[in-house]
Amino acid sequence: MANVTESIGARQALAPEGAASAAGAHTLHGTAAGHGHHNPNLQHHFYSMEQQLEASTLGMWVFLVTEILFFGGMFLVYLVYRMLYPEAWVLGSNHLDVAMGAINTVVLLCSSLTMVLAVRAAQVGSRQGQVINLVLTIVFGLTFLVVKYFEYAEKFEHHLVPGPNFDMTLPQAAQQQLFFSIYFMMTGIHAIHMIIGIGLMLVILWMAWRGRFSPDYYGPLEVSGLYWHFVDVVWIFLFPLLYLLGAHYGAH
Amino acid sequence: MSYVPQNRNSYLDAAHGLASWLLTKDHKRIAMLYLISITIFFALGGLFAAAIRLELITPRGDLWGPDLYNKLFTLHGVVMIFFFLVPSIPATLGNFLMPIMLGTKDLAFPRINLLSWYLYVIGALITLGAIVAGGVDTGWTFYTPYSSVSSRTAVSTAAIGIFVTGFSSILTGLNFIVTTHRMRAPGLTWFRLPLFVWANYATSLVMILGTPVIAITVLLVFAERAFGLGFFDPARGGDPVLFQHLFWFYSHPAVYIMILPGMGVISELVAGMARKPVFGYSFVAFSSLAIAVLGFLVWGHHMFVSSQSLYAGLVFSIITMLVAIPSAVKTFNWTATLYKGSISWQSPTYWVIGFMGLFAIGGLTGLFLGTAGLNVHLTDSYFVVAHFHYIMVGGAIMAYMGGLHYWWPKMTGRIFNDSLSKASAILVFVGFNLTFFPQFLLGYMGMPRRYHSYPDEWQALNVLSSAGASILALGYALPAFYLTYSLFKGKLAPANPWGVKGLEWTIPSPPPTFNFEDDRQVVVDEPAYNYKPAREVHVG
Repeated sequence: MANVTESIGARQALAPEGAASAAGAHTLHGTAAGHGHHNPNLQHHFYSMEQQLEASTLGMWVFLVTEILFFGGMFLVYLVYRMLYPEAWVLGSNHLDVAMGAINTVVLLCSSLTMVLAVRAAQVGSRQGQVINLVLTIVFGLTFLVVKYFEYAEKFEHHLVPGPNFDMTLPQAAQQQLFFSIYFMMTGIHAIHMIIGIGLMLVILWMAWRGRFSPDYYGPLEVSGLYWHFVDVVWIFLFPLLYLLGAHYGAH
Repeated sequence: MSYVPQNRNSYLDAAHGLASWLLTKDHKRIAMLYLISITIFFALGGLFAAAIRLELITPRGDLWGPDLYNKLFTLHGVVMIFFFLVPSIPATLGNFLMPIMLGTKDLAFPRINLLSWYLYVIGALITLGAIVAGGVDTGWTFYTPYSSVSSRTAVSTAAIGIFVTGFSSILTGLNFIVTTHRMRAPGLTWFRLPLFVWANYATSLVMILGTPVIAITVLLVFAERAFGLGFFDPARGGDPVLFQHLFWFYSHPAVYIMILPGMGVISELVAGMARKPVFGYSFVAFSSLAIAVLGFLVWGHHMFVSSQSLYAGLVFSIITMLVAIPSAVKTFNWTATLYKGSISWQSPTYWVIGFMGLFAIGGLTGLFLGTAGLNVHLTDSYFVVAHFHYIMVGGAIMAYMGGLHYWWPKMTGRIFNDSLSKASAILVFVGFNLTFFPQFLLGYMGMPRRYHSYPDEWQALNVLSSAGASILALGYALPAFYLTYSLFKGKLAPANPWGVKGLEWTIPSPPPTFNFEDDRQVVVDEPAYNYKPAREVHVG
């Protein structure tokens, strides 16, 4: 290394303040906005509660974008095969139970409402409101999974699960089997997201029970809520695409 | 010799013991964990490459059998792409430098940053398990239905490994995006950001938009193998070409995950080594975004001969040509930055110049391959192999090595042997060209990729290629020795050993745990690379 640069570097290192301002950056003691009171929930690398909340909300939105693309891959697979085998798709969706799907749609919409109410309760400082609404959200989530269990069980009974036991006497059996492959893949991964969401809600409920949230600090509750709504919205797309489109025009 | 006392508050000395590393939330320590892990995988991928080049010295295919050869090139690709190239610059240099360049104490989500390293390690161990369990022979592209129905190798295990590692990549991208948006120091506006930050930001966009698609794709292949769901099996009504669309929707943009951060490194090194602001700053910044966006619209150029319609091929061909524009903007602007600069002939300059030469050849041969008609002749030949190695090895790894040397004194607080670094850069440049230029010729003559034997008349060029590979290996092995040596015996580095601009050079080497002194907020009041003529360094 050339001696010239080395000695320049050394000078800067020995005089960090001078070097810093020479390079166009200087430091301020204390901080500017929002550092006045030290909220114990403020992590060390943020300089205000607002910045912390904005970062965590943006983080969750970015994560949800990745989730959209994750499900997007499956929606693409659905779309391609729907275009290739429109009749098999109608036949397949006629095997699904629209009533159960509709019940689950209502259940999930209710759970989103209680989720919003839980966030609202935190914003107005009601611990009781948070706990009640989070418990309701979890109950709705579990109801969804129970209904889903009965739906899946029925498919097993009627030999509609892809694999060696699939009922190959059905019209267009191979293509219908593809429909059910996609049905189980999409609803299955959605159900896994529901289970993760319920786990998340249990943690949030524990935190709410302990009184961790206040009008100043409710970031974890809010971002978990965003995730919950996303999983809800995925179902809002799955229900019409799988259960409703083209149903009851053909087979029965 | 003026020694600067080592900074007692450095992140390296903040705590000791294995637990202080494995449970750290410090982005600089996580960068070092990544550096160690990806170096191991680089060496492993290099061993597979060496095995491939050994086989190809003779035309008969007599060293390894065809089945083992299939596994060797598959594992070379899988290890190098998913476990070295994709995380290389973002997870090491990016992790270390992004918060410092943004004037903040850490990334927005330090725990998620640590989680991303663990996911990388878990995914890597699962994939190593697949290697131990007999390897994978599908090629790194996992084309169906071979991968989903026929192959009897450990495809499912490798798919899960890649799935898990994908989340590590997603979380790194998420962290960079949020940090860039929400954590910039006061006064650090978008157009004052170092171009390395722009490049990593663009890379992060590709990571979060592309990686989930490969995740669901390998999951569908896994489901097809494990549960007999026939998504891509023509015998059960599935469409194998649909897999190729989904696969390349990620894997073409993944090329830009590998090269964009390298372009960011080169922008920093060019400005620093020429002591000049980067020519056409905003063009270079936006060209990163343009590459990220266009990268999502060209996947069909991998499928010109996969039953894709002629019109789709035409459109993909034209959009592919458009990628050349932002790439050329960067290359010309780096050249213009060097023009009349006071260039310091220290080792980073050697890596930069090597990068520019190799990247130019790689980029220009991309135009050959993007031409739909010519592609019919060149597809799946060694021309393709040579082209993407010029981009990924000649481009991305050259930039990675340059950046590693440039920031090594900052990261470790030690000075390495500059002459050996120059020698290494020259060895890599010469060895690389000897290895891969003959492959352009072989490919043009018709030698297909992924074959373990070939006609006798191609032996001379193949021997040349294998000989070049051994020089290349020497060029990569050398830094492992002198950089490790510098850790123990190297001179202590001052804060700014190269005498360049940038926030990272205003803090001690190695930096303190919270980068800037605690409880202080950095304020920036000038653009990046603000080299004033009056303060230029006069060498000699």
